[in-house]
Amino acid sequence: MHQFTIAELTQGLRRKDFSSIELTQHYLDRIARLDKTYNSYITVTPELALEQAAAADKRLAAGDAPALCGVPIAHKDIFCTTGVRTSCGSKMLDNFIAPYNATIVENYLAAGMVTLGKTNMDEFAMGSSNETSYYGPVKNPWATDCVPGGSSGGSAAAVAAHLAPGATASDTGGSIRQPAALCGLTGIKPTYGRVSRWGMIAFASSLDQAGTLTRTAEDAALLLNHLASFDPKDSTCVERDIPDYTATLNNSLAGLKIGVPKEYFGEGLHPETAAHVEAAIKVYEKLGATIHSVSLPHTHLAVPAYYVIAPAECSANLSRFDGVRYGYRCENPKDLADLYKRSRAEGFGDEVKRRILVGSYALSAGYYDAYYSKAQKVRRLIKQDFVDAFTQVDVILGPTSPSPAFAFGSKTKDPVAMYLEDIYTIATNLAGLPGLSIPCGLVDNKPVGLQLIGDYFAEAQLLNVAHQFQQATDFHQQTAPGIE
Amino acid sequence: MAVDRSDIAKLAELARIAISENTADQVANSISDVLALVDQLQAVDTDGVVPMAHPLDAVQRLRADEVTEPNQRELFQSIAPATQDGLYLVPQVIE
Amino acid sequence: MQWETVIGLEVHVQLATKTKIFSGASTAFGAEPNTQACAIDLAMPGTLPVANAEAFRFATMFGLAVNAEIGKRSVFERKNYFYPDLPKGYQTTQLAEPIVGPGYVDIELDGGRTKRVRIHHAHLEEDAGKSLHEDFAGMSGIDLNRAGTPLIEVVTEPDMRSAEEAVAFAKKLHSIVTSLEICDGDMSQGSMRFDVNISVRPKGSDKLGTRTETKNLNSFKFMEEAIELEVERQIDVLEDGGKIIQETRLYNGDTKKARSMRTKEDSNDYRYFPCPDLLPVILDDEYIENVRKQMPELPEAKRARFVEQYGLGDYDAGQLTADKFTAAFFEASVKISGEPKLTANWIMVDLGAYLNRTEQRIDQSPVTPELLAGLVVRIKDGTLSSKIAKQVFEAIANGEGDADTIIETKGLKQVSDTGALEKMIDEVLANNAAQVEGYRAADEAKRGKMLGFFVGQVMKASKGQANPQALNELLVKKLNG
Repeated sequence: MHQFTIAELTQGLRRKDFSSIELTQHYLDRIARLDKTYNSYITVTPELALEQAAAADKRLAAGDAPALCGVPIAHKDIFCTTGVRTSCGSKMLDNFIAPYNATIVENYLAAGMVTLGKTNMDEFAMGSSNETSYYGPVKNPWATDCVPGGSSGGSAAAVAAHLAPGATASDTGGSIRQPAALCGLTGIKPTYGRVSRWGMIAFASSLDQAGTLTRTAEDAALLLNHLASFDPKDSTCVERDIPDYTATLNNSLAGLKIGVPKEYFGEGLHPETAAHVEAAIKVYEKLGATIHSVSLPHTHLAVPAYYVIAPAECSANLSRFDGVRYGYRCENPKDLADLYKRSRAEGFGDEVKRRILVGSYALSAGYYDAYYSKAQKVRRLIKQDFVDAFTQVDVILGPTSPSPAFAFGSKTKDPVAMYLEDIYTIATNLAGLPGLSIPCGLVDNKPVGLQLIGDYFAEAQLLNVAHQFQQATDFHQQTAPGIE
Repeated sequence: MAVDRSDIAKLAELARIAISENTADQVANSISDVLALVDQLQAVDTDGVVPMAHPLDAVQRLRADEVTEPNQRELFQSIAPATQDGLYLVPQVIE
Repeated sequence: MQWETVIGLEVHVQLATKTKIFSGASTAFGAEPNTQACAIDLAMPGTLPVANAEAFRFATMFGLAVNAEIGKRSVFERKNYFYPDLPKGYQTTQLAEPIVGPGYVDIELDGGRTKRVRIHHAHLEEDAGKSLHEDFAGMSGIDLNRAGTPLIEVVTEPDMRSAEEAVAFAKKLHSIVTSLEICDGDMSQGSMRFDVNISVRPKGSDKLGTRTETKNLNSFKFMEEAIELEVERQIDVLEDGGKIIQETRLYNGDTKKARSMRTKEDSNDYRYFPCPDLLPVILDDEYIENVRKQMPELPEAKRARFVEQYGLGDYDAGQLTADKFTAAFFEASVKISGEPKLTANWIMVDLGAYLNRTEQRIDQSPVTPELLAGLVVRIKDGTLSSKIAKQVFEAIANGEGDADTIIETKGLKQVSDTGALEKMIDEVLANNAAQVEGYRAADEAKRGKMLGFFVGQVMKASKGQANPQALNELLVKKLNG
């Protein structure tokens, strides 16, 4: 059963080939047996899952169940889940039992989906390798000596190792697309505002967006149908019609204008990764698309601007973790200052602390204009690059990551090298655009990701473009060695 | 821009994060590395560019003034480190 | 040396919305600790703010009332600092783009002087919770019910020159926000709190001296005391050749002492930046006009109307409209009695003294507008002399019934009846034959003085109920024979 896509599972459940309980139990068994290797889950919720599966089976039997009813899913541990530990990969929240559900968790429960558990992640979503998690690193199912990417490394590994048919994830600078690339999956980050952020623990509020990791673009479309919603509880969530994202998957790509930014093929890009992306372009040409060179001249400034804006926002967002109302509190604080300083020093890991300090610096008196304000101006220039490009082309195509999965520890000593992992993905977060990564080949038996960037709210088109590629190729059907 | 131990002490105070004496230099170095990366921004001409705080040029929606939140003190305080008589306890606040 | 005091105020006004500025939790005062602190107010992970429309409507009303430009685009920012009563570790407030721009308020001072105090701006922000220090064995208890209550912080220019001016401004502001019904004005519950920036400089200088800020004054009296104390302190320091340190000070109304809280050196670097969870709020002309149309009448407009409509003097009208409850009491009472001037006097003199003495608010007065109107009607129609009316008023206040009931049961009706009066006069004249002789023998000038004796005697005989005017006329007639 674990070989099926979500689309296939929905049909199997309807045909009564298997029940949701059987399916759920099957996944729970696999997790229990195999996740010791990958460490993709922080918390598994078997009782809850089986309860939800039983309810789903009832709805399926009644005959009026929604499309996704009975299908299991794993949630990144950044999404609050009522009554279940929501750790955000941090010691700070190791004891945090969320009193409410994130809106997207609520949406999937309403759709009848079954929560298998909570997946591992870089602490507070800060990282590109899943090595900053308090719960230990996640192993890439394609090469267990390599990282799965991050910050949604647990979600990616779980789906790649067939420990969940799909998983939610979040993307602040590439945290869905880069793990998708490194684990050979389809990962979509929708337009900022398309998906509610309520109950998603904030890293950088103006950049964070929830999305999914799945095996196919079709599955991503099925999940996005319920992920996207208008939520009055999120001021930045957009009230706008939500199309059926599966309806346009089979549209022809004839006449589609694909832009290829020359800045995405410069220094730092692994030559074999580049070769696979070039080959993908040829596939699109065969599918009737036309290829156009475009320029995104401020691309090289995306990482610097991001590493001002994201830390600045996180420095404030993470101030609430103070040991007073919930979460980690140090032993025997001698006074109030000690309570704050030690709880935060002991509760946060090094990368989180680094970013809080950088953010505090960028906002502090005398540096605000030179750093924060400057970065926000550059952010507008970066957005304008895309706006200009989308006057010429329909979608933008390039690599997702500069290179395939790298070995554990190879970048942990050098934060800046780690930050450059997201060089191609970060600009879309700054601009708020939707982005997607699909597998387009292997280098040394490790997957390579192809990134597609769409115009604002053009998720349906992006999924159509991705699906057509997957109809013409079989990269998405390859599974990691050893995954039966 | 590079930062030194004393800058780190100031930042640590602002952010209320204890940083031990023996790691201060290391922290200063790694933050200096990040600042060196972001210092690339200084070379860009941004005259006349309006800072962009949000990706979409959207406008705040306002909420009706209606009570929607019930009392959930018991639930919320069940995960609190220290409470008494419905209050959150902290070491003495000195004004 | 002659010194001049320079004062600017920062006033926190709690808005009387039903819910918090960014959450749907109730703002009602006095609930059990933390029962009105929802997940958003507690800054639980993943929660997000959504701004309250009513807070914007109230702030807009305030802006219009102080003749200010309304910020058609206003932006919330985060002010970062750690404090246990501040759950997010930042206060959501406005800085660069506030809802209310520059405006002004005209205040009235003793001797009929008026003065214009400029408003620098007013911004919307959230209140913090409270720290309680008693009974927790070296710990403080944190109650977050107040966290997230909407405030407008009104910031003035340093335009005031004395405690009197500052208090007059504070009272005027109180009257504006209560008239607009955007704040309950209850200072004892912290609904309005004043931070006072004070400096002194040699008279004639146009350079501002170093200022101190005395925080969180919650009564007009404390404000006056704190200002006077601080001005004295600063002058003492300067005259002794010392320097004023820029600092925050706390005034204790019980001990009448102030102390330094923190100096500027250890003040925080607040690292303001636009709140990414909230978008700019845009208000258009139509919105502003609608708010203007629906605004309750302001004290100044009401005062002018009282002069016009009720024929009151400007001073009386000013007194009556200083707070909306007094004005409402007056109008309700006059509606029944039709006697504005008499009603105004009774409200300002007798009712005012009674409420002061018994520490009651006029909107909770046992002497209701209806009861006062009943009394005024009986004064006007001559049933009660003003002296007896005071007795009746006390009886009404004691809950003995309305004026007519009290007049009836106590037999307090004024004697204007000629027959009864004549009888009493005749008796008095008969019992004081010698004085009558003396009167009749005296010249006009002396008679005037002597008349008082007979009036007094008859009044005594009538137990004070004789109508003085009727008595006078009849007495003169009889004496003159």
